[in-house]
Amino acid sequence: MEYLAEITGSLNTIGYGIAALGPGIGIGIIVGKTIEGIARQPEAAGVLRVNMFLGIAFTEALALIGLVVGFVFT
Amino acid sequence: MIATLSWLLPAATSEDGGFTPPTVGEFFPGALFFANTPFAITRINLIMMLMAGLLCLFMVVAFRKPALVPRGIQNLGEMMVDFVYKSIVEEILGANGKRFAGFLVGLFFFIFFFNIAGILPLIHISPSSVIAVPMVMAVAVWVVFNYVGIRKHGLGHYIAMNVFPPGVPKPIYLFITPIEFISTFLLRPITLTIRLLANMMSGHLLLVLFFSATWFFLLESDGLLKIFAVPSFLMGFAFTLFEILVSLLQAYIFALLAAVYIQGSLSEEH
Repeated sequence: MEYLAEITGSLNTIGYGIAALGPGIGIGIIVGKTIEGIARQPEAAGVLRVNMFLGIAFTEALALIGLVVGFVFT
Repeated sequence: MIATLSWLLPAATSEDGGFTPPTVGEFFPGALFFANTPFAITRINLIMMLMAGLLCLFMVVAFRKPALVPRGIQNLGEMMVDFVYKSIVEEILGANGKRFAGFLVGLFFFIFFFNIAGILPLIHISPSSVIAVPMVMAVAVWVVFNYVGIRKHGLGHYIAMNVFPPGVPKPIYLFITPIEFISTFLLRPITLTIRLLANMMSGHLLLVLFFSATWFFLLESDGLLKIFAVPSFLMGFAFTLFEILVSLLQAYIFALLAAVYIQGSLSEEH
């Protein structure tokens, strides 16, 4: 059988790249919306910032699980 | 002095003097003392002791003779404690948060000092990047938030409150109850662990990548390739600054999530 293309090396790196896509978009939305909210109502900045960090922490966990999985399933 | 310190550093070059890229094995250094016993002390254990000692020293020096008008290191200490107290304890837990202030402030400082070891010269690895450290702290948080919840609501009510969120049509509980159970009692400590671990680990990997690339381009490559040492070093420098931010942010997020979990198990039905 003839191959058109062949991949050598670890597929884990590609897996992590894909795993980072979703959380990347998610964190972008969270931060963007928080800035929008702060711009509309600057006095709510404190509460919004805390919730932004919470949201980032939860979303980021997905990307980090992707990173760890790359080491675990070698 | 230098000899003792370099004895603490992992080997940067191989025996034949050539360039060897660092491996993941750096997170699992060999034992220095008490080898082959359960009490084996590795380089990372030594760093843990050093950082814990530094934390104690910092606290003692900062708050030994508190002045009404804080100066110098007391100012720094008060600023950090105040930051945790105002932005985590009061913001999330409100009036009844005072009894958790010690736990959360301790958690914050402990994690911050462990994280910052990742960029301190001659130490260069954070104890938080081996799984034991974040895991123990996550288990501590898990025990605390379950304990206060059970103390306040009783075991049955506490579990029911967590796995049966109100305002859901009855048949949906079939799906929601297992999900809520897993996410509250299993995934919370696991994500706390992985978040801190992976952040510090990836930070360390990034720094190693850029600085070993600098080393490689500067000393091992020839001709025009040497130029690449400059951007590589600059990126490494930038990420060192970024790591300071990440250490602080991860300590903040860990304490913040601990406060949110405690608040969740203290609050009435929501």
